[in-house]
Amino acid sequence: MRDLYQSQRAMRNMRQAAMQRGVVAILDVGSSKIACLVLRFDGPEQFGEADGVGSMAGQSSFRVIGAATTRSRGVRFGEVNAMAETERAIRTAVQAAQKMANVRVDHVIACLSGGRPRSYGLDGQVEVAGQVVTEGDIGRVLAECEVPDIGEGREVLHAQPINFALDHRSGLADPRGQIGQTLATDMHLMTVEASTIENLLYCIKRCDLELAGLASSAYAAGISSLVEDEQELGAACIDMGGGSTGLSIFMRKHMIYSDCVRMGGDHVTSDISMGLQVAPAMAERIKTFYGGVLATGMDDREMIEIGSDTGDWEHDRRTVSRAELIGIMRPRVEEILEEVRLRLDAAGFEYLPSQQIVLTGGASQIPGLDGLASKILGQQVRLGRPLRVQGLPQAATGSAFSAAVGLSLFAAHPQDEWWDFDIPAEKYPARSLKRAVRWFRENW
Amino acid sequence: MRPLKPDTPRRDPAPSRWGYRYQRLMLTPGFRRLLKVGVPLLIVGGLVAGWTAREANRQMLLDAYADMKSQIQQRDEFMVKLMAIDGADERLAKDIRTVLPVEFPISSFDLDLEEMRQTVAALPAVAEATLRVRPGGILQVGVTQRQPVAVYRVPDGLKLVDADGVLIQNIIARADRPDLPLITGDGARDALAEGLELYEVAGPLRARMRGVVRMGERRWDVILDNGQRILLPTTGAVAAFERVVALDEVQELLQRDVATVDMRHAHRPTLRLNERAMATLRQTSAEQE
Repeated sequence: MRDLYQSQRAMRNMRQAAMQRGVVAILDVGSSKIACLVLRFDGPEQFGEADGVGSMAGQSSFRVIGAATTRSRGVRFGEVNAMAETERAIRTAVQAAQKMANVRVDHVIACLSGGRPRSYGLDGQVEVAGQVVTEGDIGRVLAECEVPDIGEGREVLHAQPINFALDHRSGLADPRGQIGQTLATDMHLMTVEASTIENLLYCIKRCDLELAGLASSAYAAGISSLVEDEQELGAACIDMGGGSTGLSIFMRKHMIYSDCVRMGGDHVTSDISMGLQVAPAMAERIKTFYGGVLATGMDDREMIEIGSDTGDWEHDRRTVSRAELIGIMRPRVEEILEEVRLRLDAAGFEYLPSQQIVLTGGASQIPGLDGLASKILGQQVRLGRPLRVQGLPQAATGSAFSAAVGLSLFAAHPQDEWWDFDIPAEKYPARSLKRAVRWFRENW
Repeated sequence: MRPLKPDTPRRDPAPSRWGYRYQRLMLTPGFRRLLKVGVPLLIVGGLVAGWTAREANRQMLLDAYADMKSQIQQRDEFMVKLMAIDGADERLAKDIRTVLPVEFPISSFDLDLEEMRQTVAALPAVAEATLRVRPGGILQVGVTQRQPVAVYRVPDGLKLVDADGVLIQNIIARADRPDLPLITGDGARDALAEGLELYEVAGPLRARMRGVVRMGERRWDVILDNGQRILLPTTGAVAAFERVVALDEVQELLQRDVATVDMRHAHRPTLRLNERAMATLRQTSAEQE
């Protein structure tokens, strides 16, 4: 845990350096595409964030000056599968975005969707040292949280305090300065496989970039596609990507649960490819042009040419009706949504006061998906698109970019994480010089 | 047989690692500035340095420069054709022309006016000198001449002195300047003002004065035409001389056979008589007894 603390702190410092330079890149490494945005931080509100949320929900502090997307070939299920290919794809995206921005970027904030994320709810309790709660107390109570066995080869990606309680008064957003005796906290810990992170880090490092932050893409998508009241009252964001479908549950502006279904739009495509016996590229094309999940009578009469170039005239001139296509796609989409339903049930989503579900991500653009989803997931389903941020090109405003946009917001205003607070002195190893310095500072 | 080396797989177009690095380098502001300013500067500087490294080229450059400079300096507008001298008499003007051996016409760039001014001012007869090149190519020399106030006798001749005690020129005979008073003696020039004042207060004695002599660099003697000598004190010489003049007016002191009037003691003026007068005085005083 100590290594993680240090490395995450180093990343925060890197982010600070990037902010000072004013340019930072956002990298969304997905299974079907790699998106890179270049942000410039020189907005009017760079230094004036006194009352929490500025105008435009705080996004006016940055501006997107470069955006590029490229097909991702080496990533499967949101994890790096072919290192060299991924590196090349990242290079392509970063170079194109740099060229558009006409500025060199050295710091990158990345997100990843795979790595089998797991969520843990932690709680800790500590006696307040003095009369009022200080920042040191918060650091202590966070350090006091009992860390579960997260398993071999796994790494903490997020560790966010989501609730503070002070002497049976729960739901405190900021307990600092309040008077009480017992401070308790709830923390949301999210872990992913370490090898996934390491592979991604290696790819980014090979591109001469420095990592200034790392986030889960389900979390990032939730930030950008859930509106404020949904985040406050409780909502689930389902980010349907190419290789995996991430879900994140938000409550009182904090992510309280996150999970991932290792199925996505690519599986629908491969179903079409197998069912209609066409090439994957053709299947993708058919899916995006004619795909759907709700068949009507009209669809029986709409014939789709599924050409291929085998040389066999009969084989190359086949047609299928759109109803048949829907018949292929729907079971797979249903399967994904059923799986999501299971995860939501496991998380206890039905106990939230509001059970809004927002579908976003590239695969959520299938026509009729909201109708199908409301049958499986409940009535409160809507399709979500990312928040509009300044300077984002029109081509990057679709729901496929909600993770990238969310990551931009994350870059501008990262949530407090465990490593943003100082470790209390007694957690340092004995005889450490740092410990002596801290003790001196606290007691003098 | 299956090829041992696999064919390169089809790949999406992507920049090579070096291409990517190159582009990032070119987007670095400092590097761009270096490339846009530094490299051209380096090339031009290198070319210039390489060209001037050859002796012949350098010489050519210097020659061209000197040629152009002299072309401009030799223009008619800058040429000085004659010298005009103001405020000097003929003799001094001749001296000035002698010490300023300028061959006309000459470019005004080649004239060192300050040095020439100092040369002119160094002449004994010149109190002050100004030099300028007047429009029309005339070198104007303005001098203020020193005015002689006295004739100064030294062992090897007679010289004219101005009010500051500066020697102006030699004269051959005292008769050349009978209008000027004569002074002599060591240190006479330093106390010139007092010596001249003695002449001022001389009144009727003026016609009889042959000169004043500075004695021992501290006091004056007045010499009259028949060899009579008036010894004046170190301080208050003029007042003492005025007393002598007054005595002479009233009692005709100096008409008598007196060799010396010694005024060095204000309380006890002393006369020295000539031998004959002394004998006569003794005789008369004896007869009176």
